[in-house]
This record gives sequence, structure tokens and C-alpha cells, in this order.
Amino acid sequence: MIKEWLFTTDHKRVGILYLIGSIAAFAVAGIMALLLRIELSTLGHTIMEADTYNTFLYFHGAAMILGFLIPGLTGFMANYLVPIMIGAHDVAFPRLNALSVWLFWAGIVLALLTFVIPDPPDIMWTGYPPYSVQTAGNTAFYVFTVHLIGFSSLLGAANFLTTVVYMRAPGMGWNQLNIFVWATVGAFIVQLIFVPVLASAVTLLLLDKYLGTAFYDAVKGGDVFLYQNLFWFYSHPAVYVIALPAVGALLEIISTHTRNPIFNYKVTVYGGVIGVVLLGSDVWAHHLYASGIADWLRIGMMFTTLLISVPMGLLTISMVGTFYKGAARYPTPMLYASSCLFLILIGGLTGIPLALTSLTLHLHGTYFVMAHFHFIMGIMATFALFASIYHWFPKFTGRMYNETAGKVGFWLNFIGVNVTFLVLFDIGVRGMPRRYYDYQMFPQFEFYQQIATVGALIIVLGMTVTILNWIVGAIAGEKATDNPWGSRSLEWTHTQTPPGPGNFPTPPVVDENWSPYNYGGHTAKTI
Amino acid sequence: MRKIFFYAALAGLAMVPSIAAAYGGEAPAKAAVAVINDPAHGWNELGTHVLIDMLAFTVVFSIISFYFVFKYTRKSENQEGALPKISRGTSLAWAIIPTFLFLADDFYLAANGFKLWNDQRHVPEGALEVKLTGHMWTWEFDYGNGVRNDVDKEDRPILIVPQGRPVVLRMSSEDVNHSFFIPDYRIKEDLMKGRVTYLWFYPKEVGEHVITCAEFCGTKHSDMFGKVKVVPPAQFEAFLAAKSAPKAATASAPAPAPAEVAPAPAQPAPPAGGKAS
Repeated sequence: MIKEWLFTTDHKRVGILYLIGSIAAFAVAGIMALLLRIELSTLGHTIMEADTYNTFLYFHGAAMILGFLIPGLTGFMANYLVPIMIGAHDVAFPRLNALSVWLFWAGIVLALLTFVIPDPPDIMWTGYPPYSVQTAGNTAFYVFTVHLIGFSSLLGAANFLTTVVYMRAPGMGWNQLNIFVWATVGAFIVQLIFVPVLASAVTLLLLDKYLGTAFYDAVKGGDVFLYQNLFWFYSHPAVYVIALPAVGALLEIISTHTRNPIFNYKVTVYGGVIGVVLLGSDVWAHHLYASGIADWLRIGMMFTTLLISVPMGLLTISMVGTFYKGAARYPTPMLYASSCLFLILIGGLTGIPLALTSLTLHLHGTYFVMAHFHFIMGIMATFALFASIYHWFPKFTGRMYNETAGKVGFWLNFIGVNVTFLVLFDIGVRGMPRRYYDYQMFPQFEFYQQIATVGALIIVLGMTVTILNWIVGAIAGEKATDNPWGSRSLEWTHTQTPPGPGNFPTPPVVDENWSPYNYGGHTAKTI
Repeated sequence: MRKIFFYAALAGLAMVPSIAAAYGGEAPAKAAVAVINDPAHGWNELGTHVLIDMLAFTVVFSIISFYFVFKYTRKSENQEGALPKISRGTSLAWAIIPTFLFLADDFYLAANGFKLWNDQRHVPEGALEVKLTGHMWTWEFDYGNGVRNDVDKEDRPILIVPQGRPVVLRMSSEDVNHSFFIPDYRIKEDLMKGRVTYLWFYPKEVGEHVITCAEFCGTKHSDMFGKVKVVPPAQFEAFLAAKSAPKAATASAPAPAPAEVAPAPAQPAPPAGGKAS
């Protein structure tokens, strides 16, 4: 059995392997966060020394972004759903797919080894030189983890783009695709173009540190800005690699549970998804607003960063609009999906002051930024992933999760994340810097740190209930019917539960009116 | 089709006041009567506008979302949604009009943000020049003529400055990247080795304000703090006099009355060795 899974080339199993790896990364990084929160709850030393704190914080950031969010929302979700949604029997290159997930797991293992070596890195997920070159910590671990997970992503991108272009069911035009498929296409286009730039950034770092080159050493003729620009040139588009599949999945879930088509489908795809892909590549210097780079570059990227509110706004309008005159029910997946309306609002709106160079000269490097990206990535994207796991749970596992436990877990998580992160906006504006082990210069913030820690404890409860619910449900849940939500999407209407090898007993063929959103008399032509 | 153009033009009109603000806003005054636009004050003003902006969006979206979530529920078992079929015109309108509204808001923010940015980056004439060297894990201030900063009893640096005169810091690092942050003055900028960066602030009132590091720099990153101490000009002159080498003391005579804001001769602060930014 182990051999079947280890050497599988079935996209559904590859997807589950990605899911297990990313949830494992999430759990470890989450425990790190809890420990950090406990340390921060009192002034001065609480449970750990500064170096330990810095190592845990480095791991938390790197693992959450590179080990959980990106692999979870692309590796897992795309793998399981995209071939089935387009009516294909598998991806274009199944063995390449297996290699992708092996590389991902190798990256996870390497990252976990961080805790075993005597000199773990403490360079933060951004890894800025000169610190990352001068530190005694093992920067090479960081670089090789990025290489492994990066290669995994590049192979995945090549695979899925080919799959969607060439393997759609006969009769399925581009304007009949699930919005999730479009969102995944957008995410993988971004990965394909930008991951190599991150690879170059960290590879030059490796060379500087271990071979004595001077790419990033200003005194020897290099430039510290080179790293920052190369790093963020990838890492900003990376947030859209996370946000696009998240929003795509949310739209699928909202559509199914409200029994409505996506509101304004073409505008959502061409204005929203494609708009984000195009604009998302031109905003990276907003991470460098306080860095000392040329003024004209900073102000230029203020304009582009403000503009990205347009496609993101269109996606948000689509999410809200899909509820209009719908017939909604609110099982657990819909609780998570609806809460994302609020989360994307807070996360997106707090991006507005951060788009302005002038306001960001104060806000950069404070808890305001940290709360902003936690809302949009740590909470909205995570809740979208959880909504997806709940929504497709009966299809993946053939069993139902426990609905009460699902609701209890949701409310604990939702209340917990708000208690933790809302107060952090406030102390951020008042000057609390991020990545701080201690805050002796701001003793008045101790009370707020404690509130945030209470929130973290609530989150731990919520996550425990949620993950246990999944595990117990997968093993011993009630047997599920083929289409408990009454969805019109191919993965529900044409497959067994769980889908067998090759996915479809007979390969589906669709006509020009078919759409995964054939609700309320709509056809592909009317959405 | 005509309907969309009408509504789009209407929404486009919303951009007019913003464009007007961008071009009509007064340019920073020239040197003769030196009007100093305090960036911290400007930050608070723009910050309030942006907060109201965010709250407005929040209220509108929240009302609509709550209404939809609670109103459009499933009343019977096989009920499907009744999202109306929309014409191509309406579909485009739902793209163009929100786009114009977002763009109008973006223009307004960009114009005001740009103005504040210019104030933050344009150092007023006659500012007190102080050279800052950051290193793991403290700050060192150099006022010229051999005058260095004091530290408090916990060894933390004190940046003493005279009330009523803008201060510009020319900054560089000796090792890794740091970032000099004064929360009360709403300003920070990174320091790095081999480059000189700058920021300026306008200490209008007497008082003390936290300085702290805002770019991760290792073990004691969160321990790299100090304070700005704004004192009456006479007290600052006394500080300079006391710290200067005895021969150079002739340069500054004690100022008569604290009410008069008379800038001392500009301190020379050539960036030593590094590349100018």
C-alpha cells in the first residue's frame, strides 16, 4: 500500500500527498506561532531566548508560505480538481507530477531538519543579505528548501498549463471552464514566470555566503538592492499564486451552495483573474518603500499597487454578487466561504494605506503590515483551503465529516483569528515593529500582546477540532452520496465517490450550453 | 450600450475632483518665507482620510453582504438560485463602473499620497544635519566637530535635538541592514553598508520619543532602541558647547530667548566613505 502511494502517478493521490505534506507544514508552523505568541505575551523572557525565537519565526514564515499555502492551494487543489473539472482522465504528464510531489516532500523534510542541525537559520523567510550572508546560521538550508519547492512548482506549472490547454473534454470551450480552473491557470502562469527569479536570488545568496562572491556586497561592488528586488519580484506575485486559487475555490463553493452561477463570469475571468496576473507583476517595489531605493521607483509602484485594487475589487464583487437571489444553505464549507467575504474586505482594504509610499514610511516593518498579510493569506486563503477540504471532503474520501464538529471548529477559528489579529493593526499603527522578540520600548503594548495570545489559544482549539474532524471523518465517517450538495460541476455529476482510476467511467462530452453553473435555467451563454 | 456610456461617464465624473486635487494642490512654497510642511502632521491627516475611506467601503460592502447572506436562503429542498440573466451591456457596466469608482478613489489617494511623499523626501533648508551610523545593535549620532551623542543609564542612545528646527539624518550601516524608525514622527528609512540614506523630521514640541530598529538584524534586533530628546534651543546649544573640543566652542554663542527660532549655522555632514544615494 505504501508503495502504491509513494510511486503513484494518479493525480488524485498526488493531490492527497500534497495535502498531507502541506497540513503537516501548517501544523508545525502553527505550533511555532503558538510558542512565539506565548513568548510575546509578557515583557522580557517568557519561555525562550531571542535566538530561538528568531529561528522559530523564520521557520513559521517560510513553512507557512512555501510549505503550506502554495503547495496546499496549488499542489493539492489543482491536482485533485483540475483534471476532473475539465473532464480529463489525468494530467498531461503523470510521472512529472509524481516528481513534483517528491520534490515538494524533499523540501518539507529538509525544512524540518532545520530543527535538528546545530546552526538553524534565523534569517526570516525574506533572507535579506548582508545578515543572511554574515550569520552563523545555515543559510544553505533555506536556499536548498527554496530550490526543491521551487522546482516542484515549475514542473507543476508546466504540467497543469499543458493539461488545461490540451485535455479539456470535447465541446468544452474556454468560457465554459470552472472559475477554479481559470484561477489555477493564472496562478501557474505566474509561477512559471517568476519562480526562476526567486531561485536566482537565493542562489546568488548561496554563492555569496559559501563561495565568497560579492553579488550583494556593496563594498566589493555588489548591491544589496539586487537581492531585495529579485526576491520580491517573485514573492509579490507569489501572493497572487495563493490568492487566485483561494478566490477561485470560494467562487465554486459559493456557487454550489447558493445554487447560482458565478456572477458576471466573463468579467470575473478576464477582468479579475487575468487582471491580477497582469498587474501583479508590476507592484513588487511596494515591499521596498522604506528601503532607500530611488524615489521615482517607489512612487511609480505606488500607482501600480493602487491599480491592483481594480481586479481584486472585481473578484470581490463577483463573490458577493454570486449570493444575489441565490438559494443558500450554510453547512461548514459555506461558513468558511462566507466568512471570507469579511476577511478579504479587511485584508484588501488594509492594503490601501500600504500602497501609499508616504503612509508606508511609517507602517513598514510594523504589526500593521503583519496583520494585513495575515488577514489576506493567513486567514482568508487558509479559510478558503479549509472550505475546500470540507466541501470536497465527501468526494475525496467517500465519507462525510461531522457537521457539528465542523461548525464548532469554524466558530473557534473565526473568533480566534479576529481576536488575535485585529488588535495588532492598532499597536502596529502606534509603532510596534514586527519580528521583535521583546518590546521593552513599548511596555504599554503588553496587554494587547496578551489579547493576541488568547486569540492564538482559541485558534489552537479550533484547529485541533477541525483537523481531528477530518481525520475521524475520513476513516469512520458516514458514507457519502455522489453529490450531496447538488452541484452541476463535473467532479460531482460524472464521477464515482471517490473517483476511480481514470476518473470517468465514460469520458464526458459537453455541448455549447453546458456549464458547471447550469443553475436556475442558466446556460454557458447566459452567465 | 448607450446606457453603459451614460453610467460610465457619470462614474468618470467622480475622477474629476481627484484630478483637480492632484493638480490644484498647492506646491511646496519656495525658500523666501520657509513654510515647512511637517510630514508627521501630514501623515496623520492623510491617515485619517484613508481610514474614513476604508470605513466607507467596509460599511457599504458589509451592509450588502449581510443582507445577501441572510435574505437569499434556500426555502425549499430543490430550490435553485434565481440570479437574473444579464445583458452584455449590464455585464460590462458591472465591470466599467466599479473600475471607475476604484480608479477615482485611487487617483485621490495617489494625489494626496504623492504630495505627502514630496514633503517627506524634500529636506527643508536650514535643517540640522546629523550623521547616523547604525550597527549591531545600537545607533551612533555625530553632530560634527567631534560632537557625539550621549547615552542614558541603560546605555541606550539619545538623539538630542533643538525644538523648532527640522532635523535630517544622513545614515549608513557598518554591518547589516537596519532601519531607523521614530514612530511618533511617522518616519523610517533603511540603513545599509556602502550607501547613505536619509530621513528628516520636524520636532515642534519639547519631549521624548522612541527610536527603534525596523529591519531584522539578528539576536538583539528588538533591543536596538533609544530615544529622541527634543529640548529648548538653548539647552541644545549648551549640549553642543559642552561636547565640542574647547577650541571650536567659539562657533556657537548661547542664544538669547527660546521664543526665537534662529537656526544655528548648518552642521557639515559629508557622508564619509560611502556612496551617496
